[in-house]
Amino acid sequence: MPPEPEKQGVGARQGGGPWAIAGRRLRRNKLALFALAVFLLIVACCLLAPVWADHVAHTGPNTTHTLEKLHEGGEVKEVVEPSGKAIGPQFFAAGGRFFLGADGHLGRDEMVRLLYGGRASLLIGITAAVITTILAVVLGLLAGYYGGFTDTVISRALDVIWSFPVVLLGIALGIALAVGGLSIGPIHLKSSSLWIPTLIIGVVYTPYMARPLRGEVLALREKEFIEAAVAQGAGVFRVMFVELLPNMISTIIVFFTLNIANNMLLEATLSFLGAGVQPPNSSWGTMISEGFEALYSQPLLTIIPGTAILLTVLSVNVFGDGLRDALDPKSKVRYEARVGTAEPEGGVV
Amino acid sequence: MLRFVVRRVVGAVAVLFAISVLVFLIFNVVPATNPAQRIAGKNANPQLIENVEKEWGFDKSLPEQYWTQMKLIFTGQVTSYSQAHINIDQRILEGIPATASLCIGAAIIWLSLGILFGYLSAIRAGGLTDRALTVLALVGISMPVFWLASILLYYFTYKIELFPSNGYEPLSHPGRWFSHLILPWITLAVLFVGFYSRVLRSSMLDVMNEDYVRTARAKGLSNRRVMVRHVLRNSLIPIITLFGLDFGAVIGGGAIVTEYLFNIEGVGLFTAEALKQQDFPSIMAVAMFGAFFIVLFNTLVDFAYAYLDPRIRLGTSAA
Repeated sequence: MPPEPEKQGVGARQGGGPWAIAGRRLRRNKLALFALAVFLLIVACCLLAPVWADHVAHTGPNTTHTLEKLHEGGEVKEVVEPSGKAIGPQFFAAGGRFFLGADGHLGRDEMVRLLYGGRASLLIGITAAVITTILAVVLGLLAGYYGGFTDTVISRALDVIWSFPVVLLGIALGIALAVGGLSIGPIHLKSSSLWIPTLIIGVVYTPYMARPLRGEVLALREKEFIEAAVAQGAGVFRVMFVELLPNMISTIIVFFTLNIANNMLLEATLSFLGAGVQPPNSSWGTMISEGFEALYSQPLLTIIPGTAILLTVLSVNVFGDGLRDALDPKSKVRYEARVGTAEPEGGVV
Repeated sequence: MLRFVVRRVVGAVAVLFAISVLVFLIFNVVPATNPAQRIAGKNANPQLIENVEKEWGFDKSLPEQYWTQMKLIFTGQVTSYSQAHINIDQRILEGIPATASLCIGAAIIWLSLGILFGYLSAIRAGGLTDRALTVLALVGISMPVFWLASILLYYFTYKIELFPSNGYEPLSHPGRWFSHLILPWITLAVLFVGFYSRVLRSSMLDVMNEDYVRTARAKGLSNRRVMVRHVLRNSLIPIITLFGLDFGAVIGGGAIVTEYLFNIEGVGLFTAEALKQQDFPSIMAVAMFGAFFIVLFNTLVDFAYAYLDPRIRLGTSAA
């Protein structure tokens, strides 16, 4: 009598499609699931920023409290001392006001700023990853499927962007657009718009994703099922989006996830240098930039937003790593994709 | 080999040209404001704006503007109007020793620690050491440089005053040079240590499954010898490729934040200050030279690589 499949041991295939197998593999990876939970928690906190601002801190991210005093029990504390030093973390001593203290001489509520800044950082990180993915998929499909002249033009254009360090290209574009904004045809973006850093980051990272995807299309194009689809009379779009795309989806998901982490680091770097998020908006990067001015008197103003970035990026990276192990056990995209294209982190130092 | 060199040089020249056009477009076509005004600075008088317009060729056609501006940058005549009329090319040259000291020192740290951690991780794959190093590597990759730099600066230069706080000392005082650079080196290296150890680990795990490794074991070689001589040596190839790219990127302008944080007066700090003042000519020159340096460096790495691996120069595995 042949043995039951599930009795063959832990490593045995238990049936189900590739997605079910990947899901099972991911569920076994407790660290990756924990990282996902941390990331979702951070996103939820930042989404709830207005709730905290209105009902707990009773202030906005840009409201100054320079001359105010806090009454804690019998004690009276100044939000900003005459020396310019701001109040430290109060946690719940003042009913949640100035939970993480105030941010320097303007006396703005650090916790409220952190939550609102996180919204900008996360929004840019995720939206830019969507832009990169769409651009990279379209370019990768076109270059890989058509080959020849189309491929040459797209690949060379990507090569030029790719030979720039990401930070250098990012600051060049950032500073060019920070002065007068962007206007292409009917689209007019103000220089303070969050779309500008988002678009820059989305474009800068496109080659790092498009090149490996193109390689994957090149390999898939020769497979029998594509030939079969063509023989059945499938059009170009059908072959690209119904036949090729589903076979690349695991690679795309992994790249998308890890891309969010890189985007957030690049956003912080650009904003820190003044070429990213522009006032009156703020992000974790601009908060660090402001806090760094007073590093020795108030280190927390740098450490707090820095830790927020570290935790978010780390959780995305750990989850992305687990996702890669689950979706791509033969580790196809593990390093060769990056060796072939340099690595996205290289510029962010 | 000669054919390979010629092909690569022609390719590099084409890329250099494309990059210069891209930089030109970013700084001249993308911004939606008067270009001469932008270069002359916010408080420029009409006379200065007019001079800049002549100097940069804004009254001529785009190709002529391109040619005029490239001539300015590459003949060392480009001046900054927002920063007291300094000569930009000269400032970039003056910054190179500091930038090179920072990058070379950091590169030594990240290569040696990256290889060490990657090796330890691979020979104990799945074990506790491996998992601990994997988590550490991910932390390193995810760490924003300003976060690490702030903590190092606060504790080591302010709380316990172990290292001098900032600035760069020339190599003529080796002791001071070293103590001023040790924290920046660590800051710059951490990201790459994490990344390289990950790459080496997976590369070694792949190589371990090769037939020649089994043969080496079957010959009765010791585990250590197999690991170091056969597995590690062949796993270093992707590391060498990466190192070429990363080192080029770091020295060509990637260390801007590190230099700014530690106040090291190199090319990066010059760039950061130019950014704060929206000094267009300086940023344009740095972007141009940085990108050029990277292309040159990558081409050299390709040569070294082709020399080491004949398959590449014969075009059997070249892309």
